Amino acid sequence: MRTAVGTRRGSLGWLVVPALLFFTAFGIVPLVGVLALSFTTWDGIGAIMPAGLANWSSVLTDPGLPHALWVTFLVMTLSWLVQTPLSILIGVFVAGGQRYRAVLAVLYFLPLLLSSAAIAIAYKALLDPNFGLGAGLGLPFLVQNWLGEPALALGVVVFVVSWQFVPFHSLIYQGGVRQIPVSLYEAARIDGAGRVRQFFSITLPQLKYTIITSSTLMVVGSLTFFDLIFVLTAGGPSDATRVLALDMYLRGFRGNLMGPASVIAVILVLVGLALALALRRLGGTDPNASQLEGA
Amino acid sequence: MPTGTAVSAPARTTRGGGAGPADVRRRGTSAQRRNYLGGLAGWAWLAIIIIPIYWIVITSFKSQSVYFSTNPLALPAEPTLENYQMVIEADFVRYFANSVTVTVGATLPAVLISFMAAFAIVRGGTGRFLRLANGVFLMGLAIPLQATIIPVYLIIIRLHLYDSLLALILPSIAFAIPLTVLILANFIRDVPNELFESMRLDGASEWGTMWRLAFPLTRPALVTVTVYQALQVWNAFLLPLVLTQSPELRVLPLALWTFQGEYSVNIPAVLASVVLTTLPILVLYVLGRRQLLSGLSAGFSK
Repeated sequence: MRTAVGTRRGSLGWLVVPALLFFTAFGIVPLVGVLALSFTTWDGIGAIMPAGLANWSSVLTDPGLPHALWVTFLVMTLSWLVQTPLSILIGVFVAGGQRYRAVLAVLYFLPLLLSSAAIAIAYKALLDPNFGLGAGLGLPFLVQNWLGEPALALGVVVFVVSWQFVPFHSLIYQGGVRQIPVSLYEAARIDGAGRVRQFFSITLPQLKYTIITSSTLMVVGSLTFFDLIFVLTAGGPSDATRVLALDMYLRGFRGNLMGPASVIAVILVLVGLALALALRRLGGTDPNASQLEGA
Repeated sequence: MPTGTAVSAPARTTRGGGAGPADVRRRGTSAQRRNYLGGLAGWAWLAIIIIPIYWIVITSFKSQSVYFSTNPLALPAEPTLENYQMVIEADFVRYFANSVTVTVGATLPAVLISFMAAFAIVRGGTGRFLRLANGVFLMGLAIPLQATIIPVYLIIIRLHLYDSLLALILPSIAFAIPLTVLILANFIRDVPNELFESMRLDGASEWGTMWRLAFPLTRPALVTVTVYQALQVWNAFLLPLVLTQSPELRVLPLALWTFQGEYSVNIPAVLASVVLTTLPILVLYVLGRRQLLSGLSAGFSK
């Protein structure tokens, strides 16, 4: 019997082959390839020549790298700090059953539908100091050179990122809140706990793993804010919003220096893996953790 | 691997995604007093979300001179379609067709092969090969795939696919796989084992079981991941930017960007292009809203 099941199950292996082949060809091979390319010189068109450690030493001593790392870190941390409390509150809010909240929820999720390019283009128009919303309304505090001042531009990027992604993360939290057993709240109410107390003593602790999930997606995702920033500021003004992903693109596809760009890409992958691992560690082990764990 | 477990981690105590209407009602009754503060904050957030969208939509119906001379938040007195006409004359029908081709061509194969992989991983998960495959997909979740764009570009050149729609389709399929496999595997795991057993006793092959049992039972999840991945492909920008160059192969986000570059002063026209490229997605959202939102909510918090 056991062997029968064994062979039967073994024969399932081929079902995974198409997905594995695709992902290997365009996911794993490029991952190895980017490391290999970081040791070569290539202009994107001609021949690929070995370059030893030249790219690494030039990128690692380039002051542009710490700057790009710092900007990436700023965007990541600030957007996490803005998005997480907002997403939790909105998630809890829309998880409530009131009808007006259900209606609001439908509208909350509208930014999910827009592409990053569309959002960036719309905000660029909206924030234009001469033709934008602020100028039209005659509101002086809205008439700033939003995308022309380094500090303001960074703030705008964080705001637009939050505007775009809070809806998605509040959706995750909404799902998390709805999985909290109602009995916990009933018990708390009998004990006389108020709404705020319930939130901090039940909702937040129960959302622990949702917070880890959402934060991981947020943090790893923030490494790839390419299109939004590219269209909104193109990294400017004077590199104030030049995050790693943008730095990679500009070096590689604008500067035709694929070698140094690959070095940045490797750093991007390492940062992503390190962050995901760190967040995983932070979360500890989920007692309900799945069979996936063993893999 | 780390993200994978993180994504899959949260409580698996409720079955089938606890986002059904029953849960809504149960939590609804737990709000004993009216929460005015929460309500107020809810409306404030709505304003932040809606005002830019409202401005985008109404401005797209104004002529340029009206836009400059009137209150930007006032409804247009004489709504005009000239901006939309201008956008459509800029070849947006072709770009729309390109986007549809790439989205359908990437999403359907991606979901189908991911479903097969998820089924194999759940039903035969003890085999070494399947565990390895699962590990590869989980690792894929933690990697910012944009970072692999340079080798992807190289591979596409070597395959002589540069500047074709297929160049966008193939990597899009690959990028969609890890998350799709993870979510579908979570849902297939929820199918009661007795159902699989009874299929087996009836002499059904695993192949038959997959299509006749697991496929229909995970249909809501399949719809959700299909819509989610379609949205990702539809809105993608970096792949088309790097892997195509001909104007006639532009997909919508890229076309938007070029259009904006050419007409940046004509804000109403630029905003009309934004509205027009979002319209198909909006129609889908109106039709499949409940499915998408509850599915995403359940899929990610599982």
